[in-house]
Formats: sequence, C-alpha cells, structure tokens
Amino acid sequence: MFDVHEMEVNFGPQHPSTHGVLRVLLKIDGERIIEAKPIIGYLHRGTEKLFEHMAYPQCIPHTDRMDYVASATNNLGFVEAVEKILGVTKLIPRRAQILRVILSELQRISSHLLWLATHAIDIGAMTPFFYCFREREQILDLFEAYCGARLTLNCMRIGGMPEDAPHGWLDEIEAFCAKFDAAVDEYESLLTTNRIWKRRTVGIGVLSPEDAIEWGITGPPLRGSGVEWDLRRAQPYECYPELEFDIPIGRNGDTYDRYLCRMAEMRQSNRILKQCIPLIKQTTPGDLKAKISKVIRPPEGEVYHSIEAPKGELGYYIVSDGKTQNAYRCHVRPPSFVNLQALPMLAKGHLVSDLVALIGTIDIVLGEVDR
Amino acid sequence: MNTPLMHYLVWPLVKFLIAFIIVQVLVAAMNWIERRLLGLFQARLGPNRVGYKGLLQIIADPVKFLLKEDIVPASAEKVAYFLGPILPLIPAFIVFCLIPFGPPPTFTVTRVNVGLLLILALTSTGVYGIILGGWASNNKYSLMGGLRSAAQMVSYEVPFGLSIVGVLMICGSLDLVTIVRYQETNAWNFLPQIVACFIFLVAMNAENNRTPFDLPEAESELVAGYHTEYSAMKFAFFMLAEFSMMIVNSCLMVTLFFGGWTLGMFGIGLTTDVLRHMGMFGGILGTLIFVTKVMLFMLIYVWFRATFPRFRFDQLMDLGWKWMIPLALGNIFVTAIFILAGQERLMYWIGIVSIGLAAMYLFKPKPKRAAAPGKVAHAS
Repeated sequence: MFDVHEMEVNFGPQHPSTHGVLRVLLKIDGERIIEAKPIIGYLHRGTEKLFEHMAYPQCIPHTDRMDYVASATNNLGFVEAVEKILGVTKLIPRRAQILRVILSELQRISSHLLWLATHAIDIGAMTPFFYCFREREQILDLFEAYCGARLTLNCMRIGGMPEDAPHGWLDEIEAFCAKFDAAVDEYESLLTTNRIWKRRTVGIGVLSPEDAIEWGITGPPLRGSGVEWDLRRAQPYECYPELEFDIPIGRNGDTYDRYLCRMAEMRQSNRILKQCIPLIKQTTPGDLKAKISKVIRPPEGEVYHSIEAPKGELGYYIVSDGKTQNAYRCHVRPPSFVNLQALPMLAKGHLVSDLVALIGTIDIVLGEVDR
Repeated sequence: MNTPLMHYLVWPLVKFLIAFIIVQVLVAAMNWIERRLLGLFQARLGPNRVGYKGLLQIIADPVKFLLKEDIVPASAEKVAYFLGPILPLIPAFIVFCLIPFGPPPTFTVTRVNVGLLLILALTSTGVYGIILGGWASNNKYSLMGGLRSAAQMVSYEVPFGLSIVGVLMICGSLDLVTIVRYQETNAWNFLPQIVACFIFLVAMNAENNRTPFDLPEAESELVAGYHTEYSAMKFAFFMLAEFSMMIVNSCLMVTLFFGGWTLGMFGIGLTTDVLRHMGMFGGILGTLIFVTKVMLFMLIYVWFRATFPRFRFDQLMDLGWKWMIPLALGNIFVTAIFILAGQERLMYWIGIVSIGLAAMYLFKPKPKRAAAPGKVAHAS
C-alpha cells in the first residue's frame, strides 16, 4: 500500500544555479541525495573537430569559447602547445612572455571572482556577487583596453603577442593591484568568518587527496585537499620560474578549504602581477614576435602541453601529420570536465542545498565541459 | 451618532479601511525601499528609471503584474492552485484590525482583550496557502518549497510564541494596548526581555521566509520554491502576503518590545497621556512614531538580506528546536523567578549588560589580516 520510492528530480539544464546547461539527474529521499548523475552535452559545439579543419592561427578564437570566462589562459595553452610542436618555445621574446603572464593572471583573478560571486549567491549570500563584479569589471576594462574584447579575448598569437601594452595600461594594472588586496579583504569580511557560511561549507563534499589524484582532479579542488600541485611550479612555462608566489593548499578537502584556497590564490595572482609590472618595464617595447615562419606547418609528431588554468590543468594534445597547416587531431583536456566527474561522489549523502554548493565549488564552465 | 451600530461596525470598518490603505501603500513603498536599499548595500543603484529616483516603480510593478498573462499549468490542481495565493492574504489583512497604530481609542481599529492570541492564531494560518500552492502546482520544486515552508513555519511558530510569553508575564495582559501602556510607565520591554526580543527577531525572519531563512523560495536551489509556477497577479498576491506579514511582524515587534506608539519610558517623554493632551495632532504624531519604528525593523529585514548566506534545511531545524526553543523556555523560567521575587526591574540590568557586551564586541578593533598569507590557506 505504501510504496516507498525515492523522488527523481531533474536539476537543470534550465536551473539558476547549474552555471549553464548542466543537467543533474537526482534521486532524492526527502532532501537527501541518494544519487546524482551529471548529464552533459547541451553545449557541445564540436570544437575539437573544428580544430582539424582550420589552420592553427584560426583555432585561437575557438579556444576562447571553451572556458568563456577565462579565455586568456585558453589562448595561452593553445599557443604554447603549437609553439612546443614547432619547437620555438625558447624563441618567444621576453616582453611577450611577461605580457602573457600578466594577461593570464588577470584572467585567473577574474575567473576566481566570477566563481566567488556565483558560489556565494548559490549559498544565499547576495552581496558578494556585486562586490566581485565591481572588481571583475575593472579587469574586463583592462582586457578591453588591451585587445578590444572583454570576454573572448583572442589575445595571443603563435610565436608572440599581437599588440604591445597600450599607453598607460601598465600603470592602470598597477593601480588595480594596489587596491585589489583590500577588495579581497572585503569579500572575506563578509564570508570567511561568517557562521552560516562556515556551516554551509565546512565538511561539505570532502575530497581526500587520494581520491582527488585518482579522479584526475586538478586546480583548486586538488590543492584544497592538501596536494601541492600547481603546473606553474611543477612544469614551469613562460616566465613563472622567476616569479615569487606561494601555492595555497587546504587541509580537509572540503568546500570551505577550496574556498580559502581560491581566495588565497587571488592574492597570490595579485602578487605575481605586482612583480610583473617592473619586469615588463625593463624590456624593449614592441619586441613581441618571435621570428618564425608565417605559414605554420609543424613537423610530423604529437605533443601534449598543459598549463595551470584558473580551474585546473588545461591541456592540449596536438597531432600533426607534417603535411597540412591544420592539426590532424586536437584533443583538449579541460579541467572542468575532469573535475565534474567528482560530483556524484561528492554529492552522495548530502542535501539538495549542498548540491548547489558543490557545483559551485567544483567551478565548472559548461562551454569547457561540453566543448 | 454614537449608536452601537456606529460604534461596533461603521467606525471600525472605516478605520480598518484607512489602516488597510496605509499598510498597502507601505507594502508597495517597502518594495521600492528594499530594492533601493539593497542597491546601496551592494554598490549599485537599484531602480532609478521610473519617475523621480524610481519612485514610480511602486505603481509600475503592480501594473505590470496586472497586465501579465496569468499562466495556469495544465497539470495543476485547479481549485487548490487558485486558493494558494489567496489564503495567506486574508489573515495578513485581518491582522491589521488588531494592531494599535496610535493611542486608543481613535487610532486603534479594535481593542480585543486577547488581541495577541488572535494575532498569533491568524498569522499561523498563512502557511496553508503556501503548502497548498506548492502542492497544487504539480511541480517537484514547488512541492519541496511548500514542504520546507510548512516545516519551517510550524517549527518557528513555537519559539515565536514562547518568546512572547515573557512579555505577557511582565505586563500581565494579552491586550496590546495594555502592553504598550505598561511599557511607557516602565522600561520598554526589550530591556528586561532582551533574550525574548532576540528570539522574536530571529523567529520573525524565519516566519516570513526571509534571508537567512528563505529556504522555501531559495532561488539557487528550488528555482523559486512554492511560487515557481505562479505568474502575474497570483504571484503578486504571494508577495503582497509576504510583505504584509513582514509589516505585521514588525508591528508586533514594536508593540511588544519597543513601546508601540510612545516615545518615552518611566512615564517621561511622549507617553500616551502627553499625546492625548495634544488631541488629534498627538494621535497622528503617535501613529507616525509607530510607523517610523516599524519601518526601522523593515530595514533590518533588508539589512539581513544583504548580509547573510542561507541556512541549510537541517541546520534551520537544528537552530529552531535545539537553540531557539530551549532559549525561549529558559527566558520564561528566568522571568518567572524575577517576578516571583518581585524584582522585575532588576531584569533591566540583563538588557543593559547584554547591549553593552554586544557593543563591545562590535566595536572591538579587528586584527588586521596579513598582506600575503603563508602557504597554507588556513588561517589557524
């Protein structure tokens, strides 16, 4: 008579807090999650296939559209992978390298700001959203001043950079950096010690370091579990070896630690930016392009190159047949896609309210998950 | 002129209508104030396009709701679906008959000697509409919102009611007018009943499903909770009921703990007698004082909304049953001891000391965070 069975709820793809078109098929008992199954593919655009049909430089704008809130790092990963298969990594002028680092650290801050904004609003704190967007807007203005675009930057080229820093741009970044630490303090004053915030995040979605490594989790979720792994240190690229920065790690691997990690990372990125400004001022203006062939036809072979994107390890695997100007095969290893795999494990046994916190803490961008 | 008909029916009706209109204007104004104030909190402007500083938004919003298409889901349980938004509205309006806005008899619609009980009884029926609406929408999110709301409102009804008991014990009456009159000759009740006042503040936020207790309509979890499937005027009815209940609870807060329409303690200041000496003007002044106090508490709602994240459902229940109810019972116990000893006035010191401690905590200089934190993100 009383047929007890769990309720099935479709969480998304149209839902305010799935950060896009993620669909999670939930089996819930009351509010407790028995099973959470992410269903993806609603934003699939065949980016990898497209890469096979266009010349390497033409691919760069398409990389923008994967993680569309962190396009500079997407560009960086791709151009570095192509440079690696061309064997011209060492030829990139120093000014271009520093400029790339500046752009990707600005991008890291803006991506983390967007993460914090949405994560906080998912957990119900409304105000940090607007504070984060206030600072993010300034970063987007800086991007606009550099390349004219605010989101899909298309700001890097194989073999160097397309533009030099515009007049006064570096001073604007310096001014931004000077104020940014205080802004992070402001966000933290609203959340870090807030009792409700802690109750919503401490002990939620605990990810052990072993699990994290086995699932291939990278980026802040991995570091939140206490594993000191940052590709900027582990496999240094560009001018990162010269820069001083710490890798913030957590202890318990819960949502709160991942939050703390990302907050500390924003401060560290700011620290990197502050170091970059004097470095770039020492270099010759206009020295941005390596002397490489205009026609990019890499030798036969394959290469995998990965960088530390804001969300984790962003890798490009390129196979070249040595005959054409486009890749024979290009595979992208997007951090969000891999990190999202942990969601069913993390969500199991938690409440529906925690699911939104977990989706937030993994920090996914569906453009990158589905590609 | 002063026939029983006039006395018991016509005048109360006229006064109720006036109070009703004033409250509805307040509700509409509150909508604008809330959005404007949230804007200020959140480093943005808020509505500022329609009319001077966006003031015409007050009119524009209802007009928009009236003109919008009223969508009824095909699979909805029609009767219950229609009843859903109306049920919470009725008690929210009736309650205004019982609230003393100014010095009686002119500025109080009706004076009932069990006024407080009647208000509690009426306000607690509001939850039916929400459950019914959530269930009738035939939507899983709405259902969960309705269920959450039911559990929450029933749970917080208990500390809500218990926190009032201390006031009743001190004042010895359920009549709101008597409670206010007691407060002007003694201290306002928030001093001896600071714990109850705090519980009441928390419970009234929970009762109204406001942040940090806005789980029933938690946007990020349940889309919009029980009113997900409601549109146009039906949705507006839900909002109207919610804002009206917010005003009712603020009115109760002011009446029970903050001296109602008076602006004086220990018989000094603008007490009822002083106001009565001023005639009609005094009455209006008293009402203005009352409304100002109510609006201050409405601002606290907004302030909370701008500050706090949202509780989780089990934590909310935890807070209600494990903290609020024992605290309220303890408060009753302590109050009873003081009353038995005949030393009610000693309780003022509880309030003064608590406020002092809170102020000390608030104005304590905060340790400055290091500019570049170490390797481990953990502070401790």
